[in-house]
Amino acid sequence: MAEKRILLKNCEVIDPRDIDTYLDRDGFKALAKARDEMTPEETIGEVKTSGLRGRGGAGFPCGAKWELARKAQGDEKFLICNADEGEVGTFKDRYIMENDPFTLVEGMGIAAYAIGAKTAYIYLRAEYHFLLDVLNSAIDQAKEKGFLEHLDIHIREGAGSYICGEESALMDSIEGKRGEARFRPPFPPTRGLWGKPTIINNVETLMNIPQIILNGAEWYSKLGTEQSKGTKVFSVSGDVERPGIYEMVLGCELKELVIDLAGAKNVKMAQVGGAAGKVIPYSMIDIALSYETVLGSGAVTVLDESRDTIDFVYRTMEFFAEESCGKCAPCREGTEVMVEILGRLAVGDGAEEDIQALEDLSNVMMLSSLCGLGQAAPIPVLDTLKHFRNDYENRISQSVFLRSLRGINS
Amino acid sequence: MSENEKKPLVDEREREKLLAILEDAQGKLGYLPEGFIANTAHSLGLSISEIYGVSTFYSFLSTRPLGKNVIRICKSVPCYLKNSRMIIESIQKELGITPGETTPDGRFSFELTNCIGACDKAPAMLVNDDVHGTLTPDKIPEVLRACV
Ligand SMILES: Cc1cc2nc3c(=O)[nH]c(=O)nc-3n(C[C@H](O)[C@H](O)[C@H](O)COP(=O)(O)O)c2cc1C
Ligand code: FES
Repeated sequence: MAEKRILLKNCEVIDPRDIDTYLDRDGFKALAKARDEMTPEETIGEVKTSGLRGRGGAGFPCGAKWELARKAQGDEKFLICNADEGEVGTFKDRYIMENDPFTLVEGMGIAAYAIGAKTAYIYLRAEYHFLLDVLNSAIDQAKEKGFLEHLDIHIREGAGSYICGEESALMDSIEGKRGEARFRPPFPPTRGLWGKPTIINNVETLMNIPQIILNGAEWYSKLGTEQSKGTKVFSVSGDVERPGIYEMVLGCELKELVIDLAGAKNVKMAQVGGAAGKVIPYSMIDIALSYETVLGSGAVTVLDESRDTIDFVYRTMEFFAEESCGKCAPCREGTEVMVEILGRLAVGDGAEEDIQALEDLSNVMMLSSLCGLGQAAPIPVLDTLKHFRNDYENRISQSVFLRSLRGINS
Repeated sequence: MSENEKKPLVDEREREKLLAILEDAQGKLGYLPEGFIANTAHSLGLSISEIYGVSTFYSFLSTRPLGKNVIRICKSVPCYLKNSRMIIESIQKELGITPGETTPDGRFSFELTNCIGACDKAPAMLVNDDVHGTLTPDKIPEVLRACV
C-alpha cells in the first residue's frame, strides 16, 4: 500500500499564507455546508457515523464526545484545539499547521458550530512559537472573508511542559495555573475550562472534519478497519533512511511504513505512539496500525540491531520522570525509582531483584496514577521485558559476575 | 504585601492572562525578577507564591537571568539515536559552559530539552525561537556566530 494523501491533500500544494489558494481547492465549502444545510445535531451525527476517533493518542470517538458537550447545560461552551504535540517522536501537527492552517481553522469552525461554542482556543506549545504567525494569519484571513462570524479563535501559547498536552492540565494552563492533571470525573465535555462544557480535540482530529462533512460519513467510513476509520498521519524517526511524515489508511502494516516507505534496515524494534507507546519487536513487524492493535499519536521511532534495549528504556523513563507534574505519588516517585533502577542496569550495576521491582512498580503506577502519564510510562518497560527479556537478564548476570570479580557480594 | 491586602479578583478569568504576562516578561527581560513577580501578584490579586509556582513550573520561564540567546538541544530518543550527544559536546566546547549555565558575557544560555517536534530533522535544537535541524558538529560555530 502506498501513501494516501487525503488529510494532507493541501500540504505543499497550497500557499499557507494565502487563503485564495485554499478556496480554489474547495476551502470552507464544508463549513458552509454544515451551517447552511445541516443542524448542529446532524453535523454531530455525520461525525459519529464516520467513525472518526481522536488522533491525539487516546482514540476516543469524536462524535460521541461532541454530543456530550452539545447536550451539556451551560451558558457558554468552549472548543480547544490541542496543538501541544509534546509526545516524543511526534511532529505531524507541526507539519499540518505549517502547510495547511486553513483546514484546521475550517475544522474548528465546524466543531464549534456543532457543539455550540462561540470561543475557541488553539493551545500551541512554546517550542512551536515559529508557527504563531502563520496560524494568526490564517485566522485573520478567514475572518476577513466572513467565515468566522460565529466564532472567536484565540491562540494560547504554552511555556514548555509536556504534561500540558494532557487535556485537564492543558485547561489549567489556559486558566493561568500550573499545568497539573485534574481529578476526573467530571470530564471536560460537561465541566471543562472554567467549569464550562469544553471539547478538546487534537489538531489532526479536527483536520478530518471538513472532509467528513463535504464527502459524507459513508465515504469516510469505507476507509480503514472496523474500529479504525480514515487515514492516519504518521511521524517516522530514528534508524530509517527517510524520516518524515506519511499518511496511510488505517490498518496498514507497520512494515510497509517503516521498511517500504521510510527505508529502515536491520530493524530491532519500533516504538509506536511516542515515549509511552508500545514496543514492537522485528518479529511482529507485519502488525497492523490501528486502534485495535497499536497506534497512539502515530509516532513511530525505529531502533536498529546496533541499539541497546536498556539504554533506550532508561532514556525514555528519564523523560517521564522529568515531565511528571508531581501531583500524584505513584507517577512522581515511580518514574524516579525506575530511572534509578534502569540507570543502574544501563551501566552494568544491576541486581537479580531489579526485574521484579520494575514489574511491581509498573503495576502500581498503571493502577493508581492520576493521569495518562503515570499510567502509560511503564509500557515501554513491560513491553521490552516481554520481548527483550534476555537483554535484561544478560545485563544482570554480567553485573553480578563483574561484582564477583571485584570481590563484592552481589 | 500580606494576604488580606490582596485585591479581590474582579473576575476569576483575569487570571487567564497570567501565562501570557509571564511569557512576555520572559521575552523582554530574559527572566522573571522577584520584583516583577510581586507586582504581577499584586495587580492580579493573587499571592506571590501562586505566581512563583507558575513561574517555576514551565521550562521556558526562568527566575534566574538567562543569556541573550537561549540554546535548547533536544535530548529525547529520536535525536539521541542521531548523535545528539555530539552536538551537546560541541556546544559545550564552543561556549565553555555545561547545560544549565550561562556564559559570563551573558550572550548564551545552554539547556537540554525534550522532543521539540523536529525529529525528522534530528539531531535538532532551538536557538531562541528558531529550529535548527540535521545538525553536525561542524555546523555549530556558524550557528553560534549568527547570534548577536
Ligand atoms: C501525558 C499526556 C500527554 C498528552 N499530550 C497530548 C498532546 O501533546 N497532544 C494531543 O493532542 N493530545 C495529547 N494527549 C491526549 C489529550 O489528553 C486528549 O486526549 C486529546 O487532546 C483529545 O483529543 P482527540 O480526542 O482529538 O485525540 C496527552 C495525554 C496525556 C495523558
Ligand atoms: S526527539 Fe529531538 S526533536 Fe523530537
